[in-house]
Amino acid sequence: MTSDAETKPAAAAPLDRADTRVRHDTGISGAVRGFLDRVRSGDLGSLPVVVGLAIIWTVFQSLNPVFLSSNNLVNLLFDSSTVGVIALGIVCILMVGEIDLSVGSVSGFASALVGVLWVNNGWPVGIAILAALAAGAVIGVLYALLFNRLGMPSFVSTLAGLLAVLGLQLFILGSSGSINLPYGSPIVDLGQTLVMPPVVAYALVLAAGAATFTSGYRTAARRRAAGLTPPSLGGILARALIFTVALELVVYYLNEDRGVPWMFGLFVGLVAAMDYALKRTKWGRSMTAVGGNREAARRSGIDVRAIYTSAFVVCSTLAALGGVLSAIRLASASQQAGTGDVNLNAIAAAVIGGTSLFGGRGSAYSALLGIIVIQSIASGLTLLDLSSSLRYMITGGVLAVAVIVDSLARRSRVSHGRA
Amino acid sequence: MSNTLQGTPPAGDLVLSLRGICKQFGAVSALSDIDLDVHAGEVVALVGDNGAGKSTLVKVLAGVHQPTSGTMEFRGKPVTLAGPNDALALGIATVFQDLALCENLDVVANIFLGKELQPYALDEVAMEIRAWKLLNELSARIPSVREPIASLSGGQRQTVAIARSLLLEPKLIMLDEPTAALGVAQTAEVLNLIERVRERGLAVIMISHNMEDVRAVADRIVVLRLGRNNGIFYPDTSNQELVGAITGAADNAVSRRSGRRQAQQDLTEGARA
Repeated sequence: MTSDAETKPAAAAPLDRADTRVRHDTGISGAVRGFLDRVRSGDLGSLPVVVGLAIIWTVFQSLNPVFLSSNNLVNLLFDSSTVGVIALGIVCILMVGEIDLSVGSVSGFASALVGVLWVNNGWPVGIAILAALAAGAVIGVLYALLFNRLGMPSFVSTLAGLLAVLGLQLFILGSSGSINLPYGSPIVDLGQTLVMPPVVAYALVLAAGAATFTSGYRTAARRRAAGLTPPSLGGILARALIFTVALELVVYYLNEDRGVPWMFGLFVGLVAAMDYALKRTKWGRSMTAVGGNREAARRSGIDVRAIYTSAFVVCSTLAALGGVLSAIRLASASQQAGTGDVNLNAIAAAVIGGTSLFGGRGSAYSALLGIIVIQSIASGLTLLDLSSSLRYMITGGVLAVAVIVDSLARRSRVSHGRA
Repeated sequence: MSNTLQGTPPAGDLVLSLRGICKQFGAVSALSDIDLDVHAGEVVALVGDNGAGKSTLVKVLAGVHQPTSGTMEFRGKPVTLAGPNDALALGIATVFQDLALCENLDVVANIFLGKELQPYALDEVAMEIRAWKLLNELSARIPSVREPIASLSGGQRQTVAIARSLLLEPKLIMLDEPTAALGVAQTAEVLNLIERVRERGLAVIMISHNMEDVRAVADRIVVLRLGRNNGIFYPDTSNQELVGAITGAADNAVSRRSGRRQAQQDLTEGARA
């Protein structure tokens, strides 16, 4: 009891600097030290992606100099957007520690639905797309019901869904097997050719950089006003500057060819929105909590079932949106849509990007980073004119490596006390 | 022996009053006919052997289980708890034995879990300040509230769990085995913490198997045995007597008599009608 007096913080110290046992890293050397500490303890963040991407790009560029050309990168961004949106949904479902194995089938079904409703039945395209998204949402609700009410593991229910929804897709496509979407309609242009005018692309990157800085600056100001230690302004400014300049350079390089696809812009917008939802809203906090400790979340008054339902619905709806995007990317809705490696690519992208298969850890940006890795491999292998047999094997190997890294990092985090 | 004389009646208002609470799981009667009174500013220790029904009783009070029969009065009004949120809304906070913390979230996120400020744009700064204030009120030693719970020690986790339960300014706080699995120094800190909570005028129900801890901090000791009340004791009761009541090994006329006398004493002095 005599220790009580000692633990009282000195009056001058900010609330969060009262404990003298903690080392507070400041400045650049501090930032570097903190980063190394985190990596050593298994808190890898995006490090594996960055390293992986560097390796993959070096290898493919040395094998085929076309790989890093503006033209190929623009194509890569077009292709990334479709599966990337599906991967974003996977991030959502992985956050709560569940899985959806049917995203490929759902995306294929959605693309078929758009084809049938729009081209065959003459519905307005907007309504057809909304109907496809709604179908995705309904499938998500169904999984949630099976999971919440019947206690069916999502692994099994979505595996059943994979087959059932694929069957639905084949059924509504009928004997024709494939529906061509009309070239020249604005929505197909979005998937095929529409790119941002250079000025717009530069301006958007600048706006994103400014937004990063102002939000960091505001937080710092509020923390200072509240008597907490603020992050250094120099650091915030430096980070925003590096971020902006790097992206402007990328945009410049892409503008050498066609430019930044609007579809990719849509994807990045969704990623940013999801990132905000996961990090800055009560919903996102609840998702992380349910993924980390379901029982703890339930006891703190979170409606765990509603959170699971939202995760399943968001995942399936985004899968449907990804399907619609891939339909307009290919200008067709076919029996092959959503089959093959779509499922695994989406899941692999989320995991490679750093979202844990074990729940409770992840970020929307992992979908963006991961899909660029996956798509780089696919694009590089296509450029090398390798058969799909080799492509599957290599992509499978990369996925295995990603999961191994995830498992090892998790073990290391546990032993270093970082969850 | 002389525990009837030492048992000063608690000064605070009656916060919680249970009468005839029964809970059945199928054919098993986990609780039968439980009576319990808790006053403000009082620490009531709930002791009993394994399977005595302590945890079930706490879960009933936390709204996790619904009693099969019996009445519950909270601050003079009859209440029913349909779920954990009802209990929280009334002002009954629970710190479970497993603490129910999310190891992947930091201290602030755990303290505010389910009660975040500004659901659509989390107010991290305000939450962090409130978290520090709560922890400082408890004179807690937490190195950083921005570290994940996984990096904290057992005692620190207990502190975070107690701080979280205080967030909603409850009237009654229940601690399930707060000192189990803690070292000597950490146990002392948690007991200090419980005393600070009592000084704030809260009613505290504490489950423990450790008679030392119970006697160190409790104002009254309620013994459960096989799902029934088995006497009310005071901190000066001999260990032998307590253990006898808990295990039923000394279940003879003498101990029954003393237990009965104790219960009667409590009834006349308590606020029961």
